Parts: sequence; C-alpha cells; structure tokens
Amino acid sequence: MYGLGILKGMGVTLKHFLDTYIEDLRFLGKGKRTDVAFNLRQSGSNQRLGLFTVEYPEEKIAVPERFRFIPFLVINNLDAEEDPGKIWCTSCGICAKVCPPQCIWIVRGTDPETGRPKPEPEEFYIDIDICMNCGLCAEFCPFDAIKMDHDYELASYDRTTHHIFDKARLSKEFRYWRSIAPTISAEEAEARGGWEHKDVLKEKAKAARTADKATGAS
Amino acid sequence: MAENPAAEVTTANPVAEAIAALKAQFPDAVTEDDRKGYTGIVVDPESLVEVATAVRDTLGYNYLSSATAVDYLGKGDYFEMVYHTYRVPAGGPPLVIKARTPRDKATLPSVISVWPGADFQEREAYDLMGIRFEGHPNLKRILLWEGFDGHPLRKDWKEAYYEQDQKPFDSRWPQGHVHRAEERNPYGKNVRYPEGFTLDDFTPVGEAPNYEGIDLGVNVQEMTTPGLKTDRLVVNLGPHHPSTHGVFRMVVTLNGETVEDLQPVMGYLHRNHEKIGERNTFLQNMPFTDRLDYITSMSNNLGYALAVERLLSLGPRYQPPTYRAEVIRVLMVELTRVVSHMWAIGFLLNDLGAFYTPALYAIAERELILDFFEAVAGSRMMCNYMRFGGVFKDLPERIQGIPLLANDRVRNEATLDYLANIINERLPRAIDELDNYLTNNEIIVTRCQGVGILPPEMAIAYSAAGPLLRASGVPYDVRRAEPYSIYPELDFDVAVRYNGDIYDRYLLRIDEMRQSVRILKQLLPRLRETEGQPIISGSKAYSPRVPEGEAYGRVENPKGELGYYVVSDGGQNPWRYHVRAPSYINLTALGPMTKGHKVADIVAILGSIDIILGEVDR
Amino acid sequence: MTNGDSGLKALHNPDIPVPEELQSTIAITSLDRIYNWCRARSMWPLLFGLACCAIEMIAAAASRYDISRFGMEVMRPSPRQADLMIVSGTVTKKMVVPIVRIYNQMAEPKYVLAMGACASGGGPFKEGYNVVSGIDKYIPVDVYVPGCPPTPQALIHGFLTLQKKIESQSLRTVPWYRSGESTAIPIPLLGPDIIDPRQAELIRRQAEQAAAQAAAAPSEA
Repeated sequence: MYGLGILKGMGVTLKHFLDTYIEDLRFLGKGKRTDVAFNLRQSGSNQRLGLFTVEYPEEKIAVPERFRFIPFLVINNLDAEEDPGKIWCTSCGICAKVCPPQCIWIVRGTDPETGRPKPEPEEFYIDIDICMNCGLCAEFCPFDAIKMDHDYELASYDRTTHHIFDKARLSKEFRYWRSIAPTISAEEAEARGGWEHKDVLKEKAKAARTADKATGAS
Repeated sequence: MAENPAAEVTTANPVAEAIAALKAQFPDAVTEDDRKGYTGIVVDPESLVEVATAVRDTLGYNYLSSATAVDYLGKGDYFEMVYHTYRVPAGGPPLVIKARTPRDKATLPSVISVWPGADFQEREAYDLMGIRFEGHPNLKRILLWEGFDGHPLRKDWKEAYYEQDQKPFDSRWPQGHVHRAEERNPYGKNVRYPEGFTLDDFTPVGEAPNYEGIDLGVNVQEMTTPGLKTDRLVVNLGPHHPSTHGVFRMVVTLNGETVEDLQPVMGYLHRNHEKIGERNTFLQNMPFTDRLDYITSMSNNLGYALAVERLLSLGPRYQPPTYRAEVIRVLMVELTRVVSHMWAIGFLLNDLGAFYTPALYAIAERELILDFFEAVAGSRMMCNYMRFGGVFKDLPERIQGIPLLANDRVRNEATLDYLANIINERLPRAIDELDNYLTNNEIIVTRCQGVGILPPEMAIAYSAAGPLLRASGVPYDVRRAEPYSIYPELDFDVAVRYNGDIYDRYLLRIDEMRQSVRILKQLLPRLRETEGQPIISGSKAYSPRVPEGEAYGRVENPKGELGYYVVSDGGQNPWRYHVRAPSYINLTALGPMTKGHKVADIVAILGSIDIILGEVDR
Repeated sequence: MTNGDSGLKALHNPDIPVPEELQSTIAITSLDRIYNWCRARSMWPLLFGLACCAIEMIAAAASRYDISRFGMEVMRPSPRQADLMIVSGTVTKKMVVPIVRIYNQMAEPKYVLAMGACASGGGPFKEGYNVVSGIDKYIPVDVYVPGCPPTPQALIHGFLTLQKKIESQSLRTVPWYRSGESTAIPIPLLGPDIIDPRQAELIRRQAEQAAAQAAAAPSEA
C-alpha cells in the first residue's frame, strides 16, 4: 500500500517519543539526576532508550582522564615541605619545539650569579588562540611538567588581555594533576620512581648512594 | 571507455611490466625515475598525452587517483607533475607518471582528455603552483580568487606572517618573548601587498570570473512578452548555505526549474593545509590531518601514518607497527566509518527536507562512539591518535569521567564491555532502525530513485571514489584493492549497488555500516587476545629520521580514497605534502550529475556525495 | 523549564520583597530586567557553519546537549531573523567578505560569538596565507569561546556567558535605540590580498614609504 513506508517511519518516531516517558517512569520518585540514573541515561547499552539530554549547567558530563584542552604547568604543592610552588618545567624547550602551531613561548632562566642557563623558565606563555589542543607537548615532555587541562569553561569577553596565558596563569599544583588524572599520574610516578619531580628523585637517589657508600666505608 | 584487460593480468609485478612495455613503445619519451626512493616513469611533456592514452587504453590504468605538482627549487629547479594511476576495479599498486617543466615557463599539456578526473587537480596545480595546462577548458583559480598575488605553494613564495622555512621557529625558545604575529605587520592583519600597491589605481576583479562563459540570461525588468515562458536564470547557492555542507558555493544556470549547468566555486575554507604542512615536521602534521575531514579524524591519521611509514620503511632500522597497534587502528577506523555514514545519512535526510529528526537519531549513536574516542584519544573530534609505528596510547581500562567542575556527573564503564555493547547490540540495532525508518519511505524513494545518476564508466573517468564509485556498480575498495593494515585477514564484503543514484548511495552507506560492524565483531576477540602487547614499535621520537624519497599512502576513508603524497629530502620536514582529498575530487562529477534535474535535487545530490569542506578546500 | 535560573525567580528585584508563596507566580521587576530576560532567553542563532567547530555546534543543537533548553534551537538561515552569529570555524579571506555582508544584514540587536581558536585569533592555521587571524579584525565580537574545537559543553558555557552580557545591558544605553542610523561595516575587497577599505589611507602611506626607501637606497650605495 502506498504510504505504508511513511507510516512505518512515523512508528519509529513515535516509539522514540514514548520511550522517553517510559524511561522517566523508572526514575519516578528517585529523581533522574542521581549518578545511577545518569549512568543509565548516558550508557552505550541497549537498556538506554529514552531521554539522552545532559542538562548542561545543572549537570555536566565529567570528562575522562585523557581529555585534553589547554595545557597547564605543574608546580609543587603550595604546602609542600620542600620547595613549595617550585615549577617542574626545566625549560628544556621540547614542548616549544614539538608544538605544531608553535604557540608556546619560553624564556630560559639564567642564573643571576654565573649568567649560565638554569633549569627553570623565566617566562612561559601559551597563546590559546593558536593552541590546537593536540597534546603533543604533554606527550613528549620528559619531566611530566606540562599537562593538558580539563577545564573547558573559559569563555571570555575580551581576548587581547585574556588569551595569552602567562606562567602564573598556567601554573597549577601537582595535587590538581593528581586529582584530574589519578591513573595517568600514578603510572607516571611509577615510571619516575616516586611522586616527586624526576630531578629531585635523582638527587635523592644520588644522596642515598653516597650515604650508602659512606656507611659501607665506615 | 577503454576495455579493462587488467583482470586477466596475473603477473607478480604488473607495474614493472607496464613500465617495460611503455619503454619499449616510447623509447625516446619514457625514462624510469631512478632517483633514490622514487618510483615510476618520467615522461617527456611533448608526448605526455600520447603516453597517458596508452597507459589508459592498452595497459588498463584507467583511474587517475591523484595529480599534483612538486616544486624542486634548488634541487634541479623544475616543477614536476606527479600522476598516480590505478587499475579499477582490478586493483593493485599504482603506475606513477611524472612530467617536468622549467620553473620560469611552467607549461604542461592537460591530461583532462584522457582522465576527466584531472579537471580540479590541474586547476589546483595552476592556482597554487602556477603551472599552465594547455588544453584545459576552464583553467582558472579554484581555491584562491582571480587577482591573488602569486602562487603560494612555490617554495620561494612567502606569506604575510612568514617567520621561517621550517618549524620549530627559533623565536620560541630559549628567548621566547611572546608577541602576536599581527604586531609585526604594518597593517595589523594577515596581509601583504605587492610593492607600490594603493587603492587609487585598483579595480577589484569581483565576481565576473565565476560567471565566465555563462549566459546570464535576461533582465527580468525588460521582459515584455506576455504569457508563461521560462527563461535562463543564474542562481548562486552558497557560500552561506542553509544546507549543512559548509561553505560551498554553486553557480547554477537554470531554465525554469531545470538545471542547465552547475559550476562549483570553492576555496571558502582553504586554510593552507599543504603550505603549513611543508613547514611542519613530520609528526606535527598529524594533528593537522585531524582537521581535513573533521568527521573522520581517525582515518585521516591512519592514511598519513601509512604514507610516512612507507617512507620510513626505506630506511635501515624500520619496524612495522605491532599487531595490537594494527588491531586498534582498524577498530578506530571502522568506528569512524560508522560515525561518518551515520552523519551522512542524517544530513542527506536534512537535505531532502526531513529537517533534523533523522539526523538527531544518527547523532545520538555518533555521540556514544565519540565518548569512546574521547576516553581513548582525549578528544571527541580531533583525535590525533595514530603515531608512526603504532598508536598514541593503549585503550584505557575504563571509560570513566573524573569530576572537576561543579555539577559534574560521573559515568563509569569498563571499556571492553562498553565496546562490546556498542558493537554487538547498539550499532546493529541503530542501523536496522535507520533502515526501517527510512528505506521504504515513499517520499525518499520518489525523490531519490533515478536522481543524480552516475554511470560506472563516468564514475571511473571522473576519479570518483568511495560510496559514490561503489554505488555506481564498481566494486573498488582500497581495503581490498591494495590492502593495508590487517584487512587481508578480516572477513568482509565490498558493498556494491548498481543504479548509481541517490537512493543507491544511501543504501550503500547502510550496507557499509553493516560490513563495518561485521569487521568490528571480528576485532573484539583480537583485542582481548592481544591485551598487554606493545602498541608502538620502536621508541617514540618527536623527530623521526625520514629517508629521502616519495611515498603515496592511501586508505579507504568513509568519503572515498584518501591519499597522502609525501616527498622527503631527508630533512625534518616533508619537502612536499599533498592530500588527495576524496570529497574534493568527487565534486568533479557534481556538475554532470545535476544536469537536467530540478533545482531542489541539487542539494540532495550534493548531500549524497557527502562532502566535508575541510577536506575539499584543505 | 529545565534551566534553573531561567524561571520567574531570576526576574525578582531583590530590593522589593515578594512573599515566598507568591514568588512562583508574581515577580516585581524593572523594565530593563524583563527586557533583557526575554532577549537572553530567545536568542536565535544564524544557521551558519564554517569549519570543524560547526560540527560541535550541530552536536550542541542535537539531542544530547539540546540548546532549545535556552530558547536557541531556532536556527535561522536568514540573517534578517537572527540575533546571534556564531562564527564557528576558520575564517578565510575569501569567506570574510560574505561574513561581513551577512553581519551587516542582521538586524539590531545583534551579537557575535567567536567559537574556537580559529575564529578568535586564527588558531593553528593562523600563519596561513588565506586565513584571517581573528574575525574581530572585521566585526565586533561579544564572546570568545577558546578551544580547538570547544566541546558542546564549552559552547553552551559561551552562550551562558553571552546571556550574562545581555543581562547587564540597559535600555537607556543600548546603541540601537539611539537616534541616527547605525553604520554598516565596509565590505572587504579581494585584490592581490584581502583589502579592508578602512585601511586605504594606511596602504597608501606604506606604498609611499616603500617608494621613498627605494629611491633612497641607490644613493646610499
């Protein structure tokens, strides 16, 4: 019969329409904003039939660990015992070299006494109007010092003053990195051999070795 | 069209045989390209058309995949036009033909009479490289506008924000005092004018070149004859387009409502992918390929990785990608194919007037796959996931959100369960539902059947690729014709349909999604078996040493054959980086396909080709 | 209404108390507030996508993020009926001409949201010869949404930021109720490179300077 195909199609739409209500019934009295309900609504399972909408400012989808937005720089926790707030970056420049759109600018620090380069950036800028969120800087940083942030709520009214991030704006505590990427930061720490910065661990190991030698000799 | 004897040829190396035959037939005009790392033949421009005809007719290389120019400034000082030709549908490796011309008087004969698919590609070479093609019927700029100063892909052409020939730029480190590029430009913008240029003696070229050779019809005000009659009328569709295919423009000549002629005008999203790509290092191009066809970033990545791996394999210490890496790659690419076809079908329906409801259902399924991409690669669309020799990271154990912002809701599922759910249940159901929902709909049938027909011989001649080619009855799929990755061990059919109209292209996409699901089902056990194995061969380097030579890597993208032509001079950057974009070349057939149909069908036909402007204009 | 602050409560003037039980039915407010409240919750965007970001914009309009919760689902293909232009993607020199024309055709009050790095400042393609480094070089922008591409959630955050801007405006100061005509932005020309007619004088000065330098150079040698 002519028109049957259209009716069949409308049946599909009707089913979708009704499904949203049937699903609502399941959450009756419990509220659909609970974590359980949210998981069910957003899951890839066949159980999910109804409303798919994430009502953004009232509920947001938490982004996964590997999510990448604008990069940030890791610093020591501000309440750390040793070197609170010390930046992890050694200004080796690999991130600036590997950056595809070349949006990273680093001024290497110099020791005021000797005039020789020291492993710390004097200035560090990222132009977020150029950054393509590709994550290569974080991938190739040998010191785990630059990481991709998860905070995407960055809309602003003015870009001339807001969109070149400087060192102060980029720096975030190590605690923050651990909180947004528990698994990855743990893997990295395991590879480094501890939760501290690679160089600190090296120093410590060296100190331990000399201490060992000293005790062994005496 | 020529007969295709290739099917009978069963030699081990058909290309070597073809080259020998050509050398015997044209001893003066044909020489083998013996530069290190190069393949194919170099043809004397004088007899290029003659040789090309022989290549097509007697050797059966009837499909021109890619035609592009390379500027060998300082390395012989000539332009070289490179043609990659294939046997369709027989398959096999390419016969590469090259022709050289001096830089100061760059002229070559057009091969459009042999392979009509060369049309846009020759125009592009003219536009960006400044090579004139004699015998081309419509040689004008295609991506830039008439009157633009210079030919940007020439190695000695420099743009307004030019900083250095190669990245990384020295100004970034160790003395990286930040500035914006516009601060160093006298106009504060990305512009550069020729010396002595002022507005006093300047008349803009305007729109005239777009209407060249088109009879603009009558002036409506001057019409005096009473009664009903139709008149020629030129209508511009786009570039600000109510349909959902980006900034594409069509200059359509109508007679009443019937299309008499259609000229595509593009370049509204030409963002200099190739020029930037030649400045980037090899790895830096990877995230840029994401932005070609931005629906299918995973397969763009794979094509580029294949091309560069082919170059790397010329070197001594090359290790092919590990097995697990290949499994993950194919997994990603096939999921991408489903995503892309879902999107294409949803928006084809949009173009037919079913505004948004079918698209909504398709996008909902797409979102679930994007969630997976986001958890694995870190971004929904710009995945930047493949690396030379493998992939960026192994699959995570769980697809899990980490709460950070206020009101963040956490979801948490085991990755493999999630995948298995999607592949085994959700996707088949979604595809069946789309099929149920749309296939027998009378409006769709009436509007799609018999509209925009592309006969098989025309599809091959116009170098159409992907669903466009296969819906015309040509069973040609790069995954089978020139297999890569682990496709040889996977069980799937090349979907073909035979009518070559919009309806068959729609059906073919449904078929292909089913085949993709079939492949994905075979990948799940492989994923479980290979768990814990390395995902990248060798060590990860940000500047791999790429040997001298050329490579053409191609993959079957959801939109068609995506090819990367990469030339390395042994340095950190590609000397030439060209993208054979399927969407771009598929558009060659748009004009002939729309002729004689009604104006409302144009949008539907365009929707059935399924173009993405990021790839068309690059 | 799903959007928490978009109920009647958002309208209340805190200086004038209304009994708690009546707050869901009665609101005492100022003209400015109700004017802005209405406008901010019925922003009609222009149906107009440029590049990659447009796909995320479409995703934001689809069922998962559903911008119709903000009264924004009515995407208008005609600039005459649109209030908001979302510049979603890389602006090329060839495309900026139609964009400025479309912007001029939009009726006041109109807003521009630059979505993503490209529209804000050129993005990864900034160095390209055919790329405009920021749409704000040609038309005024109200809100910038960074990211490459911004996720749909980031885009909606941009919309909410725009709503805040609208809510801070006042009938007494908005330009579109002032006397006199508002001026159109001159359409850029395509010459040897893109030409902003506003820079005609600057281009002439540069040419003269270059000519003077060229004349001076041989005498030095």
